[in-house]
Amino acid sequence: MAVEKMSIAKALNESLRKALEQDPKVLIMGEDVGKLGGVFRITDGLQKDFGEERVIDTPLAESGIVGTAIGLALRGYRPVVEIQFDGFVFPAYDQIVTQLAKMHARALGKVKMPVVVRIPYAGGIGAVEHHSESPEALFAHVPGLKVVSPSNASDAYWMLQQAILSDDPVIFFEPKRRYWDKGEVDFDAIPGELHKARVTREGSDVTLAAYGPMVKVCLEAAAAAAEEGKSVEVLDLRSMSPVDFDGIQASVEKTRRLVVVHEAPVFLGVGAEVAARITERCFYHLEAPVLRVGGFHAPYPPARLEDEYLPGLDRVLDAVDRSLAY
Amino acid sequence: MTVESTAARKPRRSSGTKRAAGAANAAAKPAAATAQTQDAVPQLVQLLTPEGDRVDNAENAEFAPFVADITTEDLRGLYRDMVMTRRFDGEATALQRQGELGLWASLLGQEAAQIGSGRALNDEDYVFPTYREHGVAWCRGVDPTNLLGMFRGVNHGGWDPNTNNFHLYTIVIGSQTLHATGYAMGVAKDGADSAVIAYFGDGASSQGDVAEAFTFSAVYNSPVVFFCQNNQWAISEPTERQMRVPLYQRAQGFGFPGVRVDGNDVLACLAVTRWALDRARRGEGPTLVEAFTYRMGAHTTSDDPTKYRRDEETAAWEAKDPILRLKAHLLATGGADEAFFTELEAESEAMGKRVREAVRAMPDPDTMAIFENVYADGHALVDEERAQFAAYLASFEEGH
Repeated sequence: MAVEKMSIAKALNESLRKALEQDPKVLIMGEDVGKLGGVFRITDGLQKDFGEERVIDTPLAESGIVGTAIGLALRGYRPVVEIQFDGFVFPAYDQIVTQLAKMHARALGKVKMPVVVRIPYAGGIGAVEHHSESPEALFAHVPGLKVVSPSNASDAYWMLQQAILSDDPVIFFEPKRRYWDKGEVDFDAIPGELHKARVTREGSDVTLAAYGPMVKVCLEAAAAAAEEGKSVEVLDLRSMSPVDFDGIQASVEKTRRLVVVHEAPVFLGVGAEVAARITERCFYHLEAPVLRVGGFHAPYPPARLEDEYLPGLDRVLDAVDRSLAY
Repeated sequence: MTVESTAARKPRRSSGTKRAAGAANAAAKPAAATAQTQDAVPQLVQLLTPEGDRVDNAENAEFAPFVADITTEDLRGLYRDMVMTRRFDGEATALQRQGELGLWASLLGQEAAQIGSGRALNDEDYVFPTYREHGVAWCRGVDPTNLLGMFRGVNHGGWDPNTNNFHLYTIVIGSQTLHATGYAMGVAKDGADSAVIAYFGDGASSQGDVAEAFTFSAVYNSPVVFFCQNNQWAISEPTERQMRVPLYQRAQGFGFPGVRVDGNDVLACLAVTRWALDRARRGEGPTLVEAFTYRMGAHTTSDDPTKYRRDEETAAWEAKDPILRLKAHLLATGGADEAFFTELEAESEAMGKRVREAVRAMPDPDTMAIFENVYADGHALVDEERAQFAAYLASFEEGH
């Protein structure tokens, strides 16, 4: 089983299975995670194999899911909770922000909060309202939380392992429109650091920094740009809190140009923070201002408009051209 | 009857209670709901009248056996707990007025509810308090000065919850009821013979989290006691702004028993809480206890109760004072003499002095503590900002 090709969804399922096998204190909790295996089937078969005491179908109450997970963590358990969709996390936002994020600090380090909150997020699946949002900046802004998002099957497997092993609360954003993308997972690999960015494609003219669902778009944009003779480097940030500014800086010192891409609204998004920090760090290296491509300051639109709303190949390439034009 | 339940009663764990024999038989028998509006005279489980006389009636019959083992010495102990707690609370209020504390949430008037319930707990039970449970903290053996750090502004809690099984104070109303429920779910998973108690107020009962805690604890049959101190006021909002039915009756809708107890009667609070904890430990699930009491002071030192409540109301509750009630009982039964009260007075004064001195000696935290314990596993941004701020501070020392 050393290396196997599988979907992101399957990789997440395998990762949860391994965590349940390795540590009897790991629990899976959420709406429909048991018999149904989750609405995206990420927890498929886990309750059958590990029982209702380990894989727990909960009442439909998000604050209750996170709040009780906090109590279970205080008792020594390591809950992995599933929020069914991005827009449904807000009833739990109070518990996550006022309680989960702060418990370790309030207890002067005497208690730990090893809770993972898994959230299928972002758009592109033609869903109804509240099923396509990208609220990662709201969580990255909160001290005490860690926020990550895998973009491929290998990261899905390993980053979830690392998130579960972390003694800090981790908000784990899963790019739902990539659930069925396949990639190789090396189960014997020594994984990289959870919060390190990774150069996914080497390039020399401009850096595209993205995470989660937008990494694939950026790779496609880089391929298209190559046909026009432009060398685009693609950086998968992987973590939004902390952000690997050292990794971004290294890339920017090479390419001297940076475009940050995400689905979330541009205003006060992760891209804004990256732009500000990289401008501070790389002011004399930059040949162009850091540009951002992302969502608009508008509610996520109805599904028939999401292709216009979501950054696609053309909007990313347009930003690359604008950067190169300086 | 004040007990209502539709919950299943099949014990999940075989191990029994540490309580006196007869406890199991005293478990609630399901009873028909009693129609009651909040304007009706509240039905209370009471063991001591405001005059200090023991009560023996049908309403308390199933709870009285839970304090059958209480000796005169135990009664003196309960009295001492209440006096010491009130003295501590008074000292803290004074310290706030002197500018030593930024804020204080007084428990004045609620000593019986807290000492009665707090003394019902076993060491291995776990407590999830709000920010007013100074009496419960006392019962858990928490150093009272530890409670003052957050009110002085030197930390946001600051004690190790696992030392005394007493969780940090929670300021957001009702959040801790879910933590208690989750913890209790863990207790049940561990097969432990212990229980969890969650404190909250009448105002918190309006919060969604409390309803969700009721839901989760009911469906998972968790060993948790919800101990609501209905002190009649949520800052300036009276109970009729929180509910249209008596609070304890809410439990029925979630499928577990609710009991209203005289919250100014320490013996009744002890009995009812023991009864509820006993149910929890025997695997019979959650219970809601509504301790019907009164907050004699302000919500915190920053509000002014004269703006929102009548003097007559406060005066009426003064006549039900929990400490005077037990004192009357002890005197009438010969359970304590004047020497006992005199010695206790001196002891409480000494404690007040110790608290006063400890607060004034409490050091401000080190500046760099801002960056400590934000994360268990570290965080690059925190590391970066810590280094930057340290360098900035050092620049002054270097005379730049």
